[in-house]
Amino acid sequence: MSLDEIKIGGMGASRRRVEDNRFIRGKGNYVDDIVLPGMLHMEILRSPLAHARIKSIDTSKAWAIPGVRLVMTGEMMASRNLAWMPTLSYDTQAVLATDKVRFQGQEVACVIADDPYIAKDACEAIVVDYEPLPVVVNPVQAMAPGAPLIRDDKENQHDNVVFDWEVGDKDGTEKAFAQADVVSKLELHYPRSHPSPLETCGSIADFDRATSKLTVYMTTQAPHIIRAAVAMVAELPEHMIRIVSPDLGGGFGNKVPVYPGYVASILASILLERPVKWIEDKTGNLISTGFGRDVYLRGEMALRKDGKILGVRMHTDSDHGAFFSDAQPSKFKIGLMHSAFACYDIPAAHLTARGLYTNKAPGGVAYRCSFRVTEAMFFQERMVQAAADDLGMDQAEFRRLNFVRDEDFPHRTAFGFLTDSGQYAKCLDVGLEAIGYKDFLKQKEEAKKRGRLLGIGISTMTEPLGAGNSREYDILGIKMFDSAELRVHMSGKAILRTGAKSQGQGHETTWAQIVAHELGIPADDITVEEGDTDTAPFGMGTYASRSTPVAGAAVAMVSRKIRAKARKLAAHLLEVSEEDVEWELGRFYVRSSPDRGVTIQDCANAAYSNMPDGLEPGLENTAYYDPPNLTWPFACYIATVEVDPGTGVWDVLNVVAVDDCGVRINPMIVEGQIMGGLTEAYAMASMQFITFDAEGNCVGSNYMDYLLPTAWETPGFELHEVVTPCPHHPIGAKGIGECATVGGPAAFVNAVMDALKGTGVRNIDMPLLPDRVYEAFTTRRDISGMPPVKTED
Amino acid sequence: MYPTRFNYESPKSIAEAIALLHQGGGEAKILAGGQSLVPMMRLRFAAPEMIVDINNIPGLDYLTVDADGTIHIGALCRHSDLEKSSLLMAHQPTMAAAAPVIADPIVRNRGTLVGSLCHADPQGDWSSVMMALGGIVVAQGPNGRRSIPAADFVKGPFQNMLAFDEIAIEAIVPAPKGIPNGGYLKLERRVGDFATAGVAVAVESSQGLIIRAGIGLTGVGGSTINATAAAQSLVGAPLTAGSIAHAADLAAQAAQPRSDHRGSASYKRQIVKTFVVRILSGVVESMERAA
Repeated sequence: MSLDEIKIGGMGASRRRVEDNRFIRGKGNYVDDIVLPGMLHMEILRSPLAHARIKSIDTSKAWAIPGVRLVMTGEMMASRNLAWMPTLSYDTQAVLATDKVRFQGQEVACVIADDPYIAKDACEAIVVDYEPLPVVVNPVQAMAPGAPLIRDDKENQHDNVVFDWEVGDKDGTEKAFAQADVVSKLELHYPRSHPSPLETCGSIADFDRATSKLTVYMTTQAPHIIRAAVAMVAELPEHMIRIVSPDLGGGFGNKVPVYPGYVASILASILLERPVKWIEDKTGNLISTGFGRDVYLRGEMALRKDGKILGVRMHTDSDHGAFFSDAQPSKFKIGLMHSAFACYDIPAAHLTARGLYTNKAPGGVAYRCSFRVTEAMFFQERMVQAAADDLGMDQAEFRRLNFVRDEDFPHRTAFGFLTDSGQYAKCLDVGLEAIGYKDFLKQKEEAKKRGRLLGIGISTMTEPLGAGNSREYDILGIKMFDSAELRVHMSGKAILRTGAKSQGQGHETTWAQIVAHELGIPADDITVEEGDTDTAPFGMGTYASRSTPVAGAAVAMVSRKIRAKARKLAAHLLEVSEEDVEWELGRFYVRSSPDRGVTIQDCANAAYSNMPDGLEPGLENTAYYDPPNLTWPFACYIATVEVDPGTGVWDVLNVVAVDDCGVRINPMIVEGQIMGGLTEAYAMASMQFITFDAEGNCVGSNYMDYLLPTAWETPGFELHEVVTPCPHHPIGAKGIGECATVGGPAAFVNAVMDALKGTGVRNIDMPLLPDRVYEAFTTRRDISGMPPVKTED
Repeated sequence: MYPTRFNYESPKSIAEAIALLHQGGGEAKILAGGQSLVPMMRLRFAAPEMIVDINNIPGLDYLTVDADGTIHIGALCRHSDLEKSSLLMAHQPTMAAAAPVIADPIVRNRGTLVGSLCHADPQGDWSSVMMALGGIVVAQGPNGRRSIPAADFVKGPFQNMLAFDEIAIEAIVPAPKGIPNGGYLKLERRVGDFATAGVAVAVESSQGLIIRAGIGLTGVGGSTINATAAAQSLVGAPLTAGSIAHAADLAAQAAQPRSDHRGSASYKRQIVKTFVVRILSGVVESMERAA
């Protein structure tokens, strides 16, 4: 009799997260929990200025403080060819500044001392003589004639342009616009935000002179990539480098890049031959590590008056800060921005993109999204709402009319992506039904008569998740596959390792469920380990919602390899030929005599104690999985809001989410991901952004100024699902971790804009803080697009 | 958190604490709830040489109401004590409205009203409330006790009237002469954020007439603003839509906001106006309900 898959914690079981057992007991093992004998502490001195020439650095007072072991400056790094390092976007980034500082918070010097208090005091004793330079804080200033040249360190760099790039069909798009009845335009800014994991970045570098081995415990979402990068930057042999990523307190993309602190701690450990710990403080994390977004968009849509979209034109100006260190592995300069409009059937589209250097922190990371997909989908859904309004059409019907239909898959998007599956109209219907769309429209009209402003916003989108396929995605030349290694012990218990790295996603729980599904081994009998490059198979790490699409597929594939071998063992045990053996969950049996069977555990035992002649002993294997395509989940988010005309404050009334991420491994974890993502979406729509003053000072360097929503203001969410299995994934799953962060913001913003419909306001840039909303609808003008967004009184 | 080096003292009596402050010669800081001081030390904006932790001094955590309605709040009375107090609910509507919106629940568990007054942050809520109520701060130093009106207690941003060797040991809300009414409204971007703007209104009425009024404004000036003209305009008359609108205009005029990332100056003025109207309209409703 087949096992009950839910009971063994297989696919579809809302199994409790096994990692929570240690987390809720305070027994997690984060980098800062690790203490090594003889360990020293490193602190970074950061630049107070956004742009300044370094005239001199006097470290003598710091050296004089008892307990200080080493003071490092850019000059010293330069003498070891380590003052600059390559970025993941093929630019260079200063490790410690030598010539100039280019953003506030840039790393200028490091102190290594007996304890962190001494290190901090010594940093304050370092005297840096700066000559202030004019500051560039946005793309307008960066492009202005006579703008100060930020990257004067680069040969052949004569302006602040990082790249000019385009994609799509320019001529076809021009033709579409020539045929348009209506052209709808929108200009807006997706502001800079910070992923802000609760745990900041940090590392403990431990170089052992006796063995020449370097072990680095560090906060990284991609340990193997880091090993490759360290081998390259530090010129150390790869087999003598061990990267260990222990428990991570969140990542959200922030822990993908290589940061100067990691490199400095490694060099310090090599020089001092002692372990060196660096733990960034919250301010350091917020002002210097990988931010997300910061893109200005101009969009135009060519429309036929019956509502059909004929073409789309987009231009982006993206602010990359002082160094182009976007953590994105695609071949495309502005990530997957051209995944915009993938859920709509649009004949022609064209995107031009310009990237700019500014005096702001570098590192556009995929903050809980697949490389600029968040911006793409936000622009898309804001433009869709504006277009529906311009045509005087219902926003839901306008979407339905333009969706790619279920029968049209696979579908090639106007920008060239291949989408493979979905039931877009069905998801929309489920959402409209759940929110009570028609009733709400009536309620809204009645409320309007009494001076109350209600609004409803919809956001529908499919996004490309799961980098990559190896044709188009690589990091430092390494293709974007992933891996899993499964070792089934003699007792039928097992250990699974993958090249991914959980930061809260619950891999220890869900990977075991995939093995349980494939092999019938109870999930509780499977240990999952990740993050140690000495033991884990080579993989590309966890970001861009790629774990389930890529590593998760590898887990299924390695389980199937194990099952294929177990079948041979079963045939041997049952004394029949392999062709006569049938599989049901957890058990092989003889086709002609179903009562005669052996369990997977029997096979595991035989692999070590009773294998047939000619068969290799053991039941262990490894699978590398190179996905044929990205996965394309679909989502429909709908929010209703009420705007207070006296203050501009808006309250969320209801939020409905309909997600189609294919087959769900653990529904509870999927729901948790969606709720977390919607919380971040609400945050970006309502409060969360990193902004800078005219001098380049970061206004958002702590949690009083950089606002993360708490349980107090976060609204409740009603979740629904539609399941369209991914046609190419071994278990039919699609990525989900980022959908709500990506698709959610437009639902909230569209809702507020809908509430203001008729006031003449077309756009308010995020975050929709009460003052912006109030100003927009009292002055009846947009607050949007290129700076200055607002002028000082 | 890596603050600069400091000495920590934990006196067992007020006299001992005063002696330590005296000895500290202006470089010592009192630690009560620590909810503002500790973050400032973490950022190294504050680098006191000595911390005088008064949490081990017995008998400072009281919240009492005299028979005549005078309210006494001890130096170690936490925000959460005020929030949960049925005494406030019964006796002091302005304070009862403010208590649940101070910072966030975690800060309220440790932070103190008296400490908040001493911190003199222009965005601190209690200063406006105490100003509106005509409250008093009782200070004790080597030469004994003195009373300082809340309206005079704040000298400027983050500056109070205490001598370096004085401790604020209690705050007093004087007994009302009429029926107390009022409220506190603040606009914050998120729970726990400092106020974009906040308005405290305290009125006392007798036979349908306002006999005393106070309006304090949070976050719209270099320090807490006492909108005396606005408050005075209400006294001696019943509350009407016209008198409310007039007071709201005067309060908005009294505000001296600056444009910043929380909003423009004109927006903050508008919020002051909206809030004065909303609080006083609520007062009218509750007076009508009572009548």
